[in-house]
Amino acid sequence: MSALRFRVLPSAYERAAMDKQTREWNKWLLVALFTLPGMTLFVLFVLMPIAQSAYFSLYDWNGFGPPTDFIGLGNYDRLLHHSVFQQSVGHTFIIMTLSLLIQLPLALALALLVGRGKLHGRRVFRAILFIPYIFSEVITAIIWRYVLSPDDGALLNSVLGVFIPNYEPVGWLADRSIVLYALFAVLTWKYFGFHMILYMAGLQGISPDLEDAARVDGATEPQVLRHVTLPLLGSTIRLTVFLSVVGSFQQFVLAWVLTNEGGPANASQLLATYLYKFGIQLFNLGYGSAIALVLFTITLIFSVIYQRFVMRRDYSNNLGQAKGGTN
Amino acid sequence: MERAQQSTQNMLKYAILIALCLVIMGPVVTAVLGSIRTTGEFVSTPFGLPESGIRWENYQSILESPSFWNSLKNSLIITIGVTLLNITLASMLAFVFSRVEFRGRTFLFNVLLLGLLFPLVIAILPIFIQVRQLNLINSLWGVILPLVAFGLPSSVVILRSFFIAIPSELEDAAYIDGCTPFGFFRYILLPLARPALLAVATLQVIASWNEYFLPLIVLVEDDLWPLPLGVMQFQGQYGTDYARVMAYVTLLIIPAVLFYLMAEKYIVTGLTGGELKG
Repeated sequence: MSALRFRVLPSAYERAAMDKQTREWNKWLLVALFTLPGMTLFVLFVLMPIAQSAYFSLYDWNGFGPPTDFIGLGNYDRLLHHSVFQQSVGHTFIIMTLSLLIQLPLALALALLVGRGKLHGRRVFRAILFIPYIFSEVITAIIWRYVLSPDDGALLNSVLGVFIPNYEPVGWLADRSIVLYALFAVLTWKYFGFHMILYMAGLQGISPDLEDAARVDGATEPQVLRHVTLPLLGSTIRLTVFLSVVGSFQQFVLAWVLTNEGGPANASQLLATYLYKFGIQLFNLGYGSAIALVLFTITLIFSVIYQRFVMRRDYSNNLGQAKGGTN
Repeated sequence: MERAQQSTQNMLKYAILIALCLVIMGPVVTAVLGSIRTTGEFVSTPFGLPESGIRWENYQSILESPSFWNSLKNSLIITIGVTLLNITLASMLAFVFSRVEFRGRTFLFNVLLLGLLFPLVIAILPIFIQVRQLNLINSLWGVILPLVAFGLPSSVVILRSFFIAIPSELEDAAYIDGCTPFGFFRYILLPLARPALLAVATLQVIASWNEYFLPLIVLVEDDLWPLPLGVMQFQGQYGTDYARVMAYVTLLIIPAVLFYLMAEKYIVTGLTGGELKG
């Protein structure tokens, strides 16, 4: 601390001599110097592109030269009537529903198992359950492509072959009626650890005294869970639901690599993979902009409604963790 | 009686946890074991030790190829560039948003928060168009700058809440001692916020190291590709040579696991906003 004082002391006289106006001017200089670099980058790469995509979405534009072929809402019309887009919406909705009904309860159950009480090796369990979250999606997809391959020597088929007599190998990623659920299983493998960590953090904030008090009053364990623990965990649960929903709009890499571009025959096409396939790969930049804008709008409407009506009681900075987590 | 019941309960807990850990680790362990076996062994029995000696050749061919080292270099440039730029710019913004009163502060902060609603994946096409307009296609800057921009809102939110928690008495004392606002930021706030800065940095490292989508559309030439694109290309070339692909995969798993073990505390802090301990 003493070294610190030497460094800052000399300016004491200067500051004392400063009149109010200079100080005001200096403040604005500071604000400008500190905000300009970051905000410029933000406007340049986040806000401007999004605003521009609203403009491009009104053109039939292949990306070469400036857009000239104005078609009004034509792209949106085409989008809403494209059967593959409708399927992508449906698939995304299925993934989202399964996440809410299976992935989150699983994560919560594990957090209750690992997160509390005296359990030996708690940190080891937590690390193993969480670690897929930090693997890249590409690595995850490559590993699971092998695990789920239709060969009878592939991991899942050979494990099932041991347990089930007369087992016939299944092409988990090749069957149109299975592929979406296989994708969901892999998504769960990768992401439930993240939600588990959030629940564990929430559980730590709950005083055991409250639960003990309920037990003393004669509540059974399920009753304690239902009437004490879960309500106290409310803000965390609301946050994870939010992240899960927004997260399902954002699934791209895993779906793309694992299922070979949303296949077979678009059976696992999600919103983001649809955008890439029909907007970018085919160089329909006007059409792609329309897709992007629809995705923004869905996310924005959901976020606003959810924040306003469901999460309004919770901390406003939850949203920040949100982004850090799912992206 | 009660004790017996409790120990059965504990046994059940462990059984469930161990079974789940096996499911989680099974694919990873198979991949790592596969990388030191022959593809023939790997295809016939997925689980097993190498029978004809450890096959280091799988690794040798990757480690001797210049494209692996090139991808590693590109990944390091992107990761270090994004992380340093992000924490520098984010801490400057967070400082102004938490400690300096000025007109329009709330508005500016809300504009930044808007970014939380638009994840990179959804915005990829507009970004691509913008990167092209700025002539950054086929340049690592075309990957680094958008990643920094999209990471800013969450980093600022985390850092800002940390900065706000630092008592204002400390700031007053510093100013009485003649400290300038910049001096306070540089010599008092940043050292105090070290844990938060590290938490933000680890999240940025993970995100930029793993990023696949943005480099995929921005970088056309393969000598600029980072590891996630490199491993996909490798898989395309040696698709049926599973053992070799698994060696590449293992080379990417090991640093991820080491990084997790080193930075566990900061990763967990970053994700949970500092609420989870131990």
